Amino acid sequence: MSAPNKSYDPVEVEALKPEEIERRRDEALAAIAEAADLDALREVKVAHTGDRSPLALANREIGALPPHAKADAGKRVGQARGAVSQALKARQEVLESERDERVLVEEAVDVTLPYDRVPRGARHPLTTLSERIEDVFVAMGYEVAEGPEVEAEWFNFDALNIWADHPARTMQDTFFVEGDKPAGTGPEESGVVLRTHTSPVQIRSLLDREPPVYVICPGRVYRSDELDATHTPVFNQVELLAVDEGLTMADLKGTLDHMVQSLFGEDITTRLRPNYFPFTEPSAEMDMVCYVCRGESVGNPDRPCRTCGSEGWIELGGCGMVNPRVLTACGVDPEKYSGFAFGFGIERMLMFRHNVEDMRDIVEGDVRFTLPFGMEI
Amino acid sequence: MRVPLSWLREYVDLPTGESGRDVQAKLISAGLEVETVEQLGAGLKGPLVVGKVLTIEELSGFKKPIRFCTVDVGTANGTGEPQEIVCGASNFAVGDKVVVILPGGVLPGNFEISARKTYGRNSHGMICSARELGMGDDHDGIIVLPPEHEAGTDAIELLELVDEVLDIAVTPDRGYCLSLRGVAREAAIAYGLPLRDPALLDVPGPNSYGYEVKVSDPAGCDRFTARTVTGLDPEAGSPIWLQRRLQKAGMRPISLAVDVTNYVMLELGQPLHAYDRTRIEGVIGVRRAQPGEKLTTLDGQVRVLDPEDLVITDNRGPIGLAGVMGGANTEIDDAGASTTDVVIEAAHFDPVAIARTARRHKLSSEASKRFERGVDPQAAAAAAQRTVDLLVLLAGGTAEAGVTEVIAPSAPHTITIPADHPDKVAGMAYGRETVVRRLQQVGCDVYGADELIVTVPSWRPDLRDPNDLAEEVIRLEGYENLPSTLPNLPSGRGLTESQKLRRRVGRALAGAGYTEVQNYPFLGEAVFDQLGLDADDPRRITVKLANPLSDEEPALRTTMLPGLLHALRRNVGRGAHDLALFETGLVFRPSGEEPAPPRLPVDRRPTDAEIAALDAALPRQPRRVAVVLAGAREQAGWWGQGRPTQWADAIEAGRVVAAEAGVQLIVRQDQQAPFHPGRCAALLAVVDGEEVLVGNAGELHPRVIKALHLPERTSAMEVDLDRLERASGGPVVAPRVSTFPVATQDVALVVDGSVPAAEVEGALRSGAGELLESLRLFDIFTGEQIGAGKKSLAYSLRFRAPDRTLTAEEASAARDAAVAAAAERTGAALRGA
Repeated sequence: MSAPNKSYDPVEVEALKPEEIERRRDEALAAIAEAADLDALREVKVAHTGDRSPLALANREIGALPPHAKADAGKRVGQARGAVSQALKARQEVLESERDERVLVEEAVDVTLPYDRVPRGARHPLTTLSERIEDVFVAMGYEVAEGPEVEAEWFNFDALNIWADHPARTMQDTFFVEGDKPAGTGPEESGVVLRTHTSPVQIRSLLDREPPVYVICPGRVYRSDELDATHTPVFNQVELLAVDEGLTMADLKGTLDHMVQSLFGEDITTRLRPNYFPFTEPSAEMDMVCYVCRGESVGNPDRPCRTCGSEGWIELGGCGMVNPRVLTACGVDPEKYSGFAFGFGIERMLMFRHNVEDMRDIVEGDVRFTLPFGMEI
Repeated sequence: MRVPLSWLREYVDLPTGESGRDVQAKLISAGLEVETVEQLGAGLKGPLVVGKVLTIEELSGFKKPIRFCTVDVGTANGTGEPQEIVCGASNFAVGDKVVVILPGGVLPGNFEISARKTYGRNSHGMICSARELGMGDDHDGIIVLPPEHEAGTDAIELLELVDEVLDIAVTPDRGYCLSLRGVAREAAIAYGLPLRDPALLDVPGPNSYGYEVKVSDPAGCDRFTARTVTGLDPEAGSPIWLQRRLQKAGMRPISLAVDVTNYVMLELGQPLHAYDRTRIEGVIGVRRAQPGEKLTTLDGQVRVLDPEDLVITDNRGPIGLAGVMGGANTEIDDAGASTTDVVIEAAHFDPVAIARTARRHKLSSEASKRFERGVDPQAAAAAAQRTVDLLVLLAGGTAEAGVTEVIAPSAPHTITIPADHPDKVAGMAYGRETVVRRLQQVGCDVYGADELIVTVPSWRPDLRDPNDLAEEVIRLEGYENLPSTLPNLPSGRGLTESQKLRRRVGRALAGAGYTEVQNYPFLGEAVFDQLGLDADDPRRITVKLANPLSDEEPALRTTMLPGLLHALRRNVGRGAHDLALFETGLVFRPSGEEPAPPRLPVDRRPTDAEIAALDAALPRQPRRVAVVLAGAREQAGWWGQGRPTQWADAIEAGRVVAAEAGVQLIVRQDQQAPFHPGRCAALLAVVDGEEVLVGNAGELHPRVIKALHLPERTSAMEVDLDRLERASGGPVVAPRVSTFPVATQDVALVVDGSVPAAEVEGALRSGAGELLESLRLFDIFTGEQIGAGKKSLAYSLRFRAPDRTLTAEEASAARDAAVAAAAERTGAALRGA
């Protein structure tokens, strides 16, 4: 508040007449209402609330009034300035919000524009499917065991009760590593092969660990088949081995059921059919109910099923109770322990689980095949 | 094994209406893999009758010989008049009996026969060939029947044209199912019906006046039965029923004597051999071949014998490869049909010896297939008897009284099992009674109460162990009836660190734009030249395959790059441009000095030393991850320019991988094939306080890019995951986060162009001291202003104290100390100073 102005008549200050204060107030309110944008409002603000504005000047005159008039004039001026300030604030908000809306509209973009600056890659479905299977068993308490792909015949054959003259040990099925032996003595003499299954990892697991042993053995295996629509010389397997006291074929069946239910749905079951493998006894072929038609395509030519060829069952692989001779070769007492094992090919499962029609698509590394599979399967 | 249902019914009275599919289902459940059921004569409809050719008129003027015939078909045509038929075959004569289908009949394949005009004549029917009737693939004209069949006889029944054939894939343990006898036994058990065992024959005992046989190798041949039949009618042919059974079982009828031995083999599973007695000289012997001996087998091949081969001999030398194939020199004469006296061999050979010989000579025969899988030694005498009987019956021969049997003594095999052993294997209670009954059904003799003493039948050499017996019980009780239970596992520890790392690496690379491939690990050594490897580069030492799929690619990869580059090229060839691929897998790094692995027994655990000796025979097989990339790393688009891939992307891929292992890579300039000599980085990590090379990255050498036809500027990275894993530090120590303000200072340092940025950065860091929070190179400048051969590196340094706001003087002092260290170690000068 400024000091009293001696040059004015203390009684008759024109600017503090009530009607004058009201007029100044109304002028200000009108100017505020007319301010079309924030710049105009800023000017109005200076003109009507600044130091040189009529109301500010009027306020300065209050000191010159006689004491009895001060209170009344002060109240009038205060109310007028308050009203102006409020109106300013309200107008400011309105104009700011109008401006913001305008800017946001101006800043709008086409969000449908594509953006593939660094496109995502993908993991191979064989990798992710194998991991998904591993996870089913890891959740049950199994360990994931691994081993070399170039393997000694003892691990790949002998210890698995595949004796020296077994047909599986011929060059039709097995890749043999060249030895240092003189030519003509036969390549089998090197004693080293590309593993034909991941079963040697089972043997290594039994040698490494004390029972109980519960392992799952995923990995690459090799058979000397030419690549075609359904065969590949290099493929992936998952095998399982359980060795403990009192394991039974019923446990094998239950474990298989659990696996197919985890991977294909709650009501999928398995079927065992007698078969022969040297490393298991009893041995079985394992099938699962077709998860697509659930058997309803059988004998129903109107609803053929491509996935199971209208058989109702999908062949998974081989299984059985670990042959006690295998346990003996690994130093596990077959009188005390029994075990079960199974194995199947990941490529085959990938083919029927994801409608892959040609094996070559899986092995050729064309990114167009792999990209849709993303990170998980 | 092909099993005609009509033949099977001879030994088991299967229910009348039972179809081939029904039997298939039963046998599959019992463990026989019945792959298909073939419907013979499906769609065949008569009248199909025996006809007698009355006249033949050769028609000329056509491209091939055509005959116009009249044929007596009895009353089958309703008139009894001769039937006029045009025929394109010419393997028959007037008076021959043939098979005629009359108008109205339908041949398999829905081929309807009607009277029609052809070759200028009216033809009322057709004279049939074996193929047209679905009897076999015989192309040699029409069927000429034996003369005894009356014209007009129904040929559908005569030729047994309608039948079902089960095709069974017999597993190696079930050799006995390579016979009607064996399959019939399984069918009988499956249906709970009695079996008429065709091997139960009255057989005369051995005597001293049979054909003389000397077995010098009783281990290779533990049984040899010889019988002689004389006075065979050389004109006698196999009767239709015998021919038909052979055909249905998948064998070709040849001559009576050969057909009979094949028939008995199919029936009883015992391979037999018939020698023309006039062509054997002296004693029949069994021994191993002598080095250099030769034998011409029945297929006309001259075979050089191995001293392991088991041979049948006479005074001249080998006359047969025992159990595999006979020799040409004693062959039954089928063409000239002059054989009248035969010696029949029914022997039992060591399965392993037969398997080896068959494989060695690449000669798999019906006989070797059976001997390899195990033949019932007790059936030899019956099989010889059955052969004799059939030859006497069908060829009018006389069985000589002499019976030769050479038998090496052997005891029947017995197995002792607790009566509840099958229960324990299965996980369900069958009970002793069921166990005993099932074992008896498969032919075992069973004694004992709680402990069963089981004598296995002679036709089941596969039954050796207690679990073999358990399987018999469980399969006959039905695998489908097993309960489903879960074992109680001990708690697991989840994936190993290494397995988790591999998954993280895969996800990180895929997230960074790389797509995983899985390449075959096969390569040809030419690729090493293309990669520009030195002659003594250790990556040239490979594991080689004795039998590679392709002679071009006989070796296993020692680096991941050839496979990845191949996949890159394939994608480019299919129209892709911007590619980033990765692969994780093993490489094979032999020293070239690996010893051969020892031969270890399997009746005990190998010792630790023996296991180590096995492992020593294997090459090192480290796990690698590698990337290759080409084209644009960043695409151009509405946001602006794209960016081509470059060496830095490859090195960054290495950092991405290392970061997943919690490892800060040390990057050094390197020169290493197949990389560009100026754009190659060595990637190192600290293991146990020492820097270890974990991989390389960079742009490929232009010559490599050219040699392998790759896109220009193709870059690559390869890292050894096993080594990287060893470099992994322990848990991260959490930093203390200061809330005091940061002081930022920028410096531009001029250094010699050859000074690596990493050294300048290292010097700055060490000089700046503890107040340095972070440091970043934000610009590089070269140009005249700073002098030729120089470069200016601009760094932004951020300083912060844990306990106070830094003063400008403190920050400047730290910066000056950093610059001083850089000046001292790298000759750096402040730009503009």
